[in-house]
Amino acid sequence: MNYQFDFAWLATYWPVFVDGVLMTVRLIVIGGVVGIALGTFCAWARSLGPAWLKPAVVAYVELIRNTPFLIQLFFIFFGLPAAGFRLTEVEAATLAMVINLGAYSAEIIRAGIEATPKGQFEAGASLAMSPIQTFRHVVLIPALQKIWPALASQVVIVMLGSAVVSQIAVEDLTYAANFVQSRTFRAFEAYFISTAIYLGLAILLRFALLRLGHVIFPHKRAAR
Amino acid sequence: MTQFTLMDILRNLVFATQWTVILSLVSFIGGGLLGLLLLFMRIGKTRWLPPVVKLYTEVFQGTPLLMQLFLAFFGLGLFGIDVPPWLAAGIALILWTAAFLVEIWRGCVEAIPKGQWEASASLGMTYVEQMRHIILPQALKVAIPPTVGFSVQVVKGTALTSIIGFTELSKAGTVLTNATFQPFTVYGLVALIYFALCFPLSQVARILERKMNVAHRH
Repeated sequence: MNYQFDFAWLATYWPVFVDGVLMTVRLIVIGGVVGIALGTFCAWARSLGPAWLKPAVVAYVELIRNTPFLIQLFFIFFGLPAAGFRLTEVEAATLAMVINLGAYSAEIIRAGIEATPKGQFEAGASLAMSPIQTFRHVVLIPALQKIWPALASQVVIVMLGSAVVSQIAVEDLTYAANFVQSRTFRAFEAYFISTAIYLGLAILLRFALLRLGHVIFPHKRAAR
Repeated sequence: MTQFTLMDILRNLVFATQWTVILSLVSFIGGGLLGLLLLFMRIGKTRWLPPVVKLYTEVFQGTPLLMQLFLAFFGLGLFGIDVPPWLAAGIALILWTAAFLVEIWRGCVEAIPKGQWEASASLGMTYVEQMRHIILPQALKVAIPPTVGFSVQVVKGTALTSIIGFTELSKAGTVLTNATFQPFTVYGLVALIYFALCFPLSQVARILERKMNVAHRH
């Protein structure tokens, strides 16, 4: 191997990576918040919602979980305009991430809801709470608390998966690497740097989410 | 100018699907063998091998598969070989699959109660005999549902190899879109074919899991 590694270009091109990181972070923050909200709604609909809504939610969750994110993204960005629904690159990427995370988090949150002891529902009802009130105040928060680590992992997976949004020209971290390597012809170094940044982002994001879990759910109850 | 009928599109997509299936099989089998090797290193008695394998899994699980594909593609090129996309795709997917399988399987081995180790040790079994006769047969049973479940991730992961130029189902979708200007139909069909590959695997994993939970409750 006679290759000479060269990272000197970093002095000129580091702002490209900063912009890329900011876009990746922006996508996962919006996609994460809205995606978990969608997932919560779907989890409610599937385990406690009206009967007519359940098959629709099951179909959505199964369709998304059994197709690649790349194809979902292409369908939204290239396919939907043909049906008269046009989105910008960033909008399409955000929507794809929301839909993807929504399906995965629905399954995770549902597991939390279904692990709730029946007595909790009955206790809520006996306090004259409506089913929605019981869900919101009694069921949802402990359910989220239970599955929070799994949810955090899923958000990290979606963040890593978002690398493919560069394929529809969203200027994220992967796009930055593609851009730099096309200018400097230092492909391996450019991808090496961006891979290292992704690793750092994944570790940071996971840490931040777990900390957030401690803030949102301050009273760590003993099991049951 | 040739016109593509729906049948033409579908025929081309199904033809390309065989490469998705082949690459999935190669990645899953190759990743499984490498994963098994790494598993023994991870749960073995040496002092320095487990942290090395742990680092390996953290790096591969903490970085995008797309980046791993790029690094395999351009990294192998550093050795002065002309890297065909299928080679980079195969290597990256095998390494990635192994990283996930080793963690899944480690969990299964660690789920075996400690008493099983102690009982087999008290029968005078060596470490290898314990593994061979007591631990692995039980761990294998626990490992099958999540392993089948992960195979879905492998099939979906192969879609990314289209980006480094491997011609499989996703790449065929892009090519056909450019030829027909019918992205809605083409990507819709591509999604349905992936669904047809993945959904049965998901269902099998779910059924196996349910069966095992019932068995464990008794």
